[in-house]
Amino acid sequence: METEAPSAREPLAEGQVIDGFRLEERTHRGGMATLWRVSRVNPSDTDAAMPLIMKVPRIKGGDDPTTIVGFEVEQMIMPALAGPHVPRFVANGDFTSRPYIVMERISGTSLKARLDAAPIPIEEVTEIGYKVATALHELHRQHVVHLDVKPSNIMFRADESGQPGEAVLIDFGLSRHDRLPDLLEEEFELPIGTAPYISPEQVQFIRNDPRSDLFALGVMLYHLTTGERPFGNPTSVSGLRQRLYRDPDPPRALRPECPPWLQEVILRCLEVDPSKRHQSAAQLAFDLHNPDQVVLTKRAQRRSRHNLWHSIKRWFASMGAETKFEASPTVQTARSPIVLVAVDVVSAEPRLLESIQSTVQRVMQTAPGSRLACLAVMKTNRIGMDELTEKDGSSRHVNMLVQLKHWARPVAAALAASKMQTKTSPQGQDTRLTFHVIEAPDPATAIIDYARRNQVDHIVMGARSNSVLRRYLGSVSAQVVAQADCTVTVVRAADAVQ
Amino acid sequence: MKLALITDLHANRDAVEAVMVHSATQGAQRLAFLGDLVGYGPEPSWVVDFVMEHVRQGAIAVMGNHDCAVVAGPPPTMAPQAREVIDWTRRQLDKEQLTFLSRLPMSVRDADRLFVHANAFAPDQWAYVVNRMEAIRSLHSTESRFTFCGHVHEPKLFHLASSGKAGEFVPVPGVPIPLSPQRQWLAIPGSTGQPRDGNPAACYAMFDIATSNLTFHRVPYDHEAVAAKVLAAGLPERLAARLINGD
Repeated sequence: METEAPSAREPLAEGQVIDGFRLEERTHRGGMATLWRVSRVNPSDTDAAMPLIMKVPRIKGGDDPTTIVGFEVEQMIMPALAGPHVPRFVANGDFTSRPYIVMERISGTSLKARLDAAPIPIEEVTEIGYKVATALHELHRQHVVHLDVKPSNIMFRADESGQPGEAVLIDFGLSRHDRLPDLLEEEFELPIGTAPYISPEQVQFIRNDPRSDLFALGVMLYHLTTGERPFGNPTSVSGLRQRLYRDPDPPRALRPECPPWLQEVILRCLEVDPSKRHQSAAQLAFDLHNPDQVVLTKRAQRRSRHNLWHSIKRWFASMGAETKFEASPTVQTARSPIVLVAVDVVSAEPRLLESIQSTVQRVMQTAPGSRLACLAVMKTNRIGMDELTEKDGSSRHVNMLVQLKHWARPVAAALAASKMQTKTSPQGQDTRLTFHVIEAPDPATAIIDYARRNQVDHIVMGARSNSVLRRYLGSVSAQVVAQADCTVTVVRAADAVQ
Repeated sequence: MKLALITDLHANRDAVEAVMVHSATQGAQRLAFLGDLVGYGPEPSWVVDFVMEHVRQGAIAVMGNHDCAVVAGPPPTMAPQAREVIDWTRRQLDKEQLTFLSRLPMSVRDADRLFVHANAFAPDQWAYVVNRMEAIRSLHSTESRFTFCGHVHEPKLFHLASSGKAGEFVPVPGVPIPLSPQRQWLAIPGSTGQPRDGNPAACYAMFDIATSNLTFHRVPYDHEAVAAKVLAAGLPERLAARLINGD
């Protein structure tokens, strides 16, 4: 079949109109594509205000599979995506006449500039990591693995004050949609990706694991923190394969002020075996958003690379381990949920607290990659000064945390006993459980906000059993059920229904 | 224009009716029957009349190996069970119905679309397209960008790039797949009347000609009732079990 499009070779010029889009200005000319700022000749009401760009592939010669197939993939995947973390798709141009994609123009900057400035402040590394992980989770939830996560493919929407806001992922030319054919699967004999960021499993031709994107994000966080690339910029396949058995210098060896928790998070992203990384982008975002809850393992303490003997062992292991990873964005995000249990440890009835324990255990046991965030809300006065002195407040806070941890003990024990709990810190603490006490005047709103910020998949909470109390105080759980974005399970004490 | 692709109906009236209701809600404007209207199932007469009526109204229909066997006699290679049903089926059909079956074309070409029961390289030899090599052979044998075929009862989508690289994909029901114009595609909607991928729900696919979006669908129907009809007609028990197990 003929893929060359004669008209596609004609140079584009400012002012030219293609399918109702007027070319205003060429904004970028890269190796693979040219970008034009465009406007609609006949603006429609729906998106008249949205700035647009047209991406036009640069086809070199008659047969250039990288550009042709990559663009074909992007034309297939972009219309299937939605939400604030991807550019809005507007139109596809037919490849046989004039191939292009028209999409929303993101007005902010790419991450590339910050990478050139690395090392950058730790707080900024954390914030960038949180934003990108949040965007990746949204993408994975839409069944897509990006597979080319790198600074130039990450934009930040400028917020109202012109500051970098939400992360937006661009360029889906190497991406894989779980529910659409993978046009790149058979196309290339060499690993496809960008050398510094490509994950070990991509080097082994696996193209459906969302945790590959977490590896790439780990590479960026490492670079932003230390100013160095963890695996350099190899130009050969054997160079790429080194990341299967050689680990990088720990970030703290290069930048001592990198906190142990951040080293823990970065090195976990860079694990060769995807099952040792965070199991979802939301779980990574959770750690970056709650540094004090990151359980430190040996990774956090590492001061140098593993020795040569360790590398040799891993080199041998890497020889046989070609296709053992099997995950897809659909499966992997479904089995790695973040579960939030909101517990009123102070005033709930003991029977209800027990019922919540057993419900949470059941929920956790069905999903091996799940994480449990235990939350208690400390109610503060809505108006005026709180009567508590600061000292009372902090002791109340500590007291609640102690009670919350005490309540969760049987849950942790059950998880450990069910053999599913494989990840413990040196102190034997379960890395799947975290504890949070927050202060808020309105518990329901606090729970809903917390769930939203941390991309929680499932909220478990108790119902107030006393109907008189419920009448006067209102039902917290009813409000959460009505307003939360995710699944909510409301638990009643086992024998509460007479 | 939305085109419903219905294949391997196998004399299963209930499955065909369920697919018709579903495709109507999906906006089907034209129908294409990719062969094997009869065989295996208990209501060949109804299904042939149904397709005949739609062909009169402009639907596409091509011949399948079971349709051919009913009019020409079963070939020696046909499985004994299928052969037994062929003889039974022939007795259920009148002259007009048999004439209709005998006049079905082996393939139909409409714009850049090819409709054929088994494959494009030798439609009357009934070789199955089950893997990439056979899909490549079929796609090399036609100029058409899209080949729609049946014969194989499990839904499948093959594609061939200009570089010569082929891929295959097991479709997810209900998810529209944009068929890129840069490559050739061979789509097997899966059997309406006798699914074999472990799911007893009827298969069909919908092709939107304007957007080149192809959507595979699964439609549940009362397959247990049809299994009972198979037994009541005195057809082999195995054929009833197949409908229930989807194998």
